[in-house]
Amino acid sequence: MSDHEYTPKSRAGKWFNDRLPLLTLANHLTDYPTPKNLNYWWTFGGILTFCLITQIVTGLVLAMHYIAHADMAFESVEHIMRDVNYGWLIRYIHANGASMFFLAVYIHIFRSLFYGSYKSPREIIWIIGIIIYLLMMAAAFMGYVLPWGQMSFWGATVITNLFSAIPFVGEGVVTWLWGGYSVDNPTLTRFFTLHYLIPFLILGLVVLHIWALHVPGNNNPVGIDVKKPSKDTVPFHPYIVIKDGFALLMFMIVFAFFVFYAPNILGHADNYIEANPLVTPAHIVPEWYLLPFYAILRSVPDKLLGVVAMLSAILILAVLPWLDTSKIRSAVFRPLYKQFYWILVADVLILGYVGAMPAEGLYLLIARVATAYYFLHFLVILPVLGLKERTIPLPLSITEPVLGGSPNIAMAKKKESKLE
Amino acid sequence: MSDKKPERRDFLFTATYAVGAVGAAAVVWPLVDQMNPDASVKALASTEVDVSSLKPGNTITVLWRGKPVFIRRRTQEEIDVARSVKMEDLIHPEKDEDRAKNPEWLVMLGVCTHLGCVPLNDKGDYDGWFCPCHGSHYDTSGRIRKGPAPWNMEVPKYEFVNANTIKIG
Repeated sequence: MSDHEYTPKSRAGKWFNDRLPLLTLANHLTDYPTPKNLNYWWTFGGILTFCLITQIVTGLVLAMHYIAHADMAFESVEHIMRDVNYGWLIRYIHANGASMFFLAVYIHIFRSLFYGSYKSPREIIWIIGIIIYLLMMAAAFMGYVLPWGQMSFWGATVITNLFSAIPFVGEGVVTWLWGGYSVDNPTLTRFFTLHYLIPFLILGLVVLHIWALHVPGNNNPVGIDVKKPSKDTVPFHPYIVIKDGFALLMFMIVFAFFVFYAPNILGHADNYIEANPLVTPAHIVPEWYLLPFYAILRSVPDKLLGVVAMLSAILILAVLPWLDTSKIRSAVFRPLYKQFYWILVADVLILGYVGAMPAEGLYLLIARVATAYYFLHFLVILPVLGLKERTIPLPLSITEPVLGGSPNIAMAKKKESKLE
Repeated sequence: MSDKKPERRDFLFTATYAVGAVGAAAVVWPLVDQMNPDASVKALASTEVDVSSLKPGNTITVLWRGKPVFIRRRTQEEIDVARSVKMEDLIHPEKDEDRAKNPEWLVMLGVCTHLGCVPLNDKGDYDGWFCPCHGSHYDTSGRIRKGPAPWNMEVPKYEFVNANTIKIG
């Protein structure tokens, strides 16, 4: 992996490194050549790592006080909020942390879409990312069930019932998931177990995600390959560490705002009512980060097809590297793609909005148009655009646009040395 | 591989894989099946409900196997409406006569067949039930008339133990 051989300076270090090359790994991570033109959209990988660790640490602590039983779960959460030292803080960090995690992951995904980071040779990084995203949704959903409030219970009922759309075996699958004939205590205990497990699966996949990233190296805003190490790159430490650190601080300000000033604004008041299997809340809505997919589910009038459409909307992302036929990565050099990209962003935001609204009248119509457009973007626009679009010529190196656009590398180098 | 004749060793490999696969499946099955409803869940099979206080036009909701069951004492008008519907107007054609043997009493699972919410009583375009989650409308026989739900609300096995008591399950 490393571009040059590394030998520890101390004798003890050398002795250890010969037996377990952890120091070589540490050296690779600090010296890792990074394109010097990375902008702030590239800081969300680090922010996401922070989010994952925050969720694991706060979750671990919450698990020391939470009781996974249908009769006691709701009360134990109130116990955490009222009695446990700093329990309110830890729980609010965990609950809002989920939202912050999704906020960061959506920015991270849309950054990839804009700069074509999913394209060759980074398809595996992208696919691992999509698996992580799916696991995040599963973990978030099961975590939301644990407080055993009304939204927990009915959210669990609706989502598990999605599986009943499977022909022939659907009902059996749902009974198996529930461990009974409705969402009840067996469902809660298994959700708790899986909610505890999934973050560690994500952690393992994050290691693979970063490993796969370090093989070709980072994409960059210009989207062309860099020679590494060269004048195009800077070592990860200290340059990117500082930049990531600064962005993380900014992110933490937003995070802290929610935790301390609006801890319940992203939740639903109904979840402070204990689960009641006899009454469904008047308006059940998933958490904000699942709303676009919820809108797609509801926009299809058929039960099975609705579920198929919702799952396809996520899984279509996994084959994106092959749907996008353009060889040019960055949208900076794709004038038409850039416009369609922003239309897609608007489309997803609209889906999110109508997902929160009742599924009737104008909202339903908008949801249907937006759902159709979502699939049109991936299945028709992207494949055709790659073949038809006239792109802007790429620069020869990532340094060139900065130094005045000379097509001659030697000239650019001269200018660069003059500046120094 | 094709031009080589299978030997004793190939047979041994295949036999070993086959036995190994059967062994793995035998180990996995208990791990999968433990998630199915356990004996204590299955034991709660039936519930008896006293319906003597129910007046015509009223509905009570009782819990059976963790699920709500609607018991509605229907008015004559509701029965007439339910029985006059043409079969071709129904998404899931079922005669009201088959759903409510004793026309005054409608007993069914109060679970929307779309995604399992509890529909609201006396609501919707057909004056039966309306599911607030995704907008399914049911008529006075609990049959789906409009919206994403694929089937009518399910009628469980039940019987009148005496004039005042219904046994569900």
